[in-house]
Amino acid sequence: MNTEQIQENNDTAGEKPVIEIINMHKWFGDFHVLKDINIRVMPQEKIVVCGPSGSGKSTVIRCINRLEEHQRGKIIVNGTELSGDLKNIEKVRAEVGMVFQHFNLFPHLTIVENLSLGPIWVRKMPKKEAEDLAMHYLEIVRIPEQAKKYPGQISGGQQQRVAIARSLCMKPKIMLFDEPTSALDPEMIKEVLDVMISLAEEGMTMIVVTHEMGFAKTVADRVIFMDYGEIVEENEPNEFFDNPQHERTQLFLSQIL
Amino acid sequence: MSTNSEVADIKPPAINVGVLGWVRSHLFNGALNSIATIVVLLVAMKFIPQFVQWAFIDSVWFTSGQECHEAAGACWSVVTQNIRFNVFGYYPYEHQWRPLVAMIILVLMLIYSRDWKKWNRRLGYLWLVALFVMGLLMKGGLFGLISVETTKWSGLPLTLLLSFFGILASYPLGVALALGRQSTMPVIKAFSVVYIELIRGVPLITMLFMSSVMFPLFLPEGVTIDKVLRAQVAIIIFTAAYVAEVVRGGLQAMDQGQYEAAESLGLNYFQKMRLIILPQALKIVIPPTVGVLISAFKDTSLVVIIALYDILNTTKSILNVPEWTGFSTEAYIFVASIYFVFCFSMSQYSRYVESELEYKAEEK
Repeated sequence: MNTEQIQENNDTAGEKPVIEIINMHKWFGDFHVLKDINIRVMPQEKIVVCGPSGSGKSTVIRCINRLEEHQRGKIIVNGTELSGDLKNIEKVRAEVGMVFQHFNLFPHLTIVENLSLGPIWVRKMPKKEAEDLAMHYLEIVRIPEQAKKYPGQISGGQQQRVAIARSLCMKPKIMLFDEPTSALDPEMIKEVLDVMISLAEEGMTMIVVTHEMGFAKTVADRVIFMDYGEIVEENEPNEFFDNPQHERTQLFLSQIL
Repeated sequence: MSTNSEVADIKPPAINVGVLGWVRSHLFNGALNSIATIVVLLVAMKFIPQFVQWAFIDSVWFTSGQECHEAAGACWSVVTQNIRFNVFGYYPYEHQWRPLVAMIILVLMLIYSRDWKKWNRRLGYLWLVALFVMGLLMKGGLFGLISVETTKWSGLPLTLLLSFFGILASYPLGVALALGRQSTMPVIKAFSVVYIELIRGVPLITMLFMSSVMFPLFLPEGVTIDKVLRAQVAIIIFTAAYVAEVVRGGLQAMDQGQYEAAESLGLNYFQKMRLIILPQALKIVIPPTVGVLISAFKDTSLVVIIALYDILNTTKSILNVPEWTGFSTEAYIFVASIYFVFCFSMSQYSRYVESELEYKAEEK
């Protein structure tokens, strides 16, 4: 909400980036999905990635916690370079929260079990403590009263808020959002975006793939536009929306706004 | 909106509710169904009284085989006069209380353990004790119980033994094989695929035969492995391959997002499988799994091929006695009903488990 404040937090000189993607390429079979991607994310930065469907934007963030494997270049998350080393991957994943388009809650567990699972098994936290933590984050996403229910019994917007809380329980340094509102009914989008905005205000480092341009304008420090597997344009939101440089960006914005 | 109260007061037409409504909608809803209903009724009217006459009215229950041949109805004497051999086979006559007690312990333990929410360490120890006691009762050799060779184990205790351990061991082995088949590690994957395809390509009879006849040829001289144990291992290996394929179906039905969500939390492979994937995948495949396990239960009767006397084979032996030849219907009805009781219990239990696993909110 408060743009100036975010700008102040931003770009503290001399700090190390939390995510560095350097000359990264990826192929699905013969298909070159990501071409020479370079992204640096500083602590507390909020980045919105947009672009037409099939442009590779989801694939980029899925590479960051290695749900997808990149074939060339480097990805360094929080000082750890992603390679085939399983221990490194698990370490990175525990530090990086991910929110999916289709929520992917665990349907066989209650809401509170969904939330406490990571802390208990990955962080080795005692059960009671983990449940208290879970309740704490359910308060933050404003649905503590649903704790004993199963995911199938609550609405889509609530499920997505639970999914955000589930990631937060791991106390991640970075949050990745993969089209978090695309599968929601229109009346539920706002409740999810509100949670994301307050998260941003608290200084969480975020990369958000979304079509919600309003969200990008209010929250983002930078907007990255991708098309055909390439980063076409990257700018701060005001410049990006008011004065797009590239004609593909102009075309995209004219279609979406 | 204004007519709501009036509408609520109208009762459904009598023809649609109650017994009459049920009969109409289930038995006579259309020409084809009506004809089918009438045909089935006619057939039932012809055969049911005949069966009742044979089985209950003209039947004899506690006579010798000689008198049976003169009776018009069923000769249940073939069951009652031979019940102990039928159930316990060649187990020494005066010690047959031992397998009886062992079976009662097994059934009681199974009933006691039916609610898996009560499964805990204590119950595990209780099972260990129960298994030890059952083994001791069957085998003897301690505490003044005379030793009984496994070659003498027969009848229902043998059937239950082979089925119980067959099911108990093949299920986890099958799950492991299913996971192995999905593994990214080539050696494990190849082993699982070869195992599953090889075993599924061979009939159980062949495997029992190999375990009984061929396997001993490969053992060094003087080393023998118990025949019952060999049959048991063959049944476990065989059933596991089928369980594996059923479980694989469950794993493939899982949404990829579940794997990704588990991974993105930083869970390792075993945590992911144990906490997220298997609980859901195994639940999906409860019906076909129980099908496989019920088959396994019935397939234990194939041990007849290697001259083990399970309950079906003891029945056959009785029918070979001249006094009782010709009463196979009665004898087999008895054995069938024993099989039915166990298989039906398994199937009912699986339905109970399924309904318990519905994701319901806790009432608090």
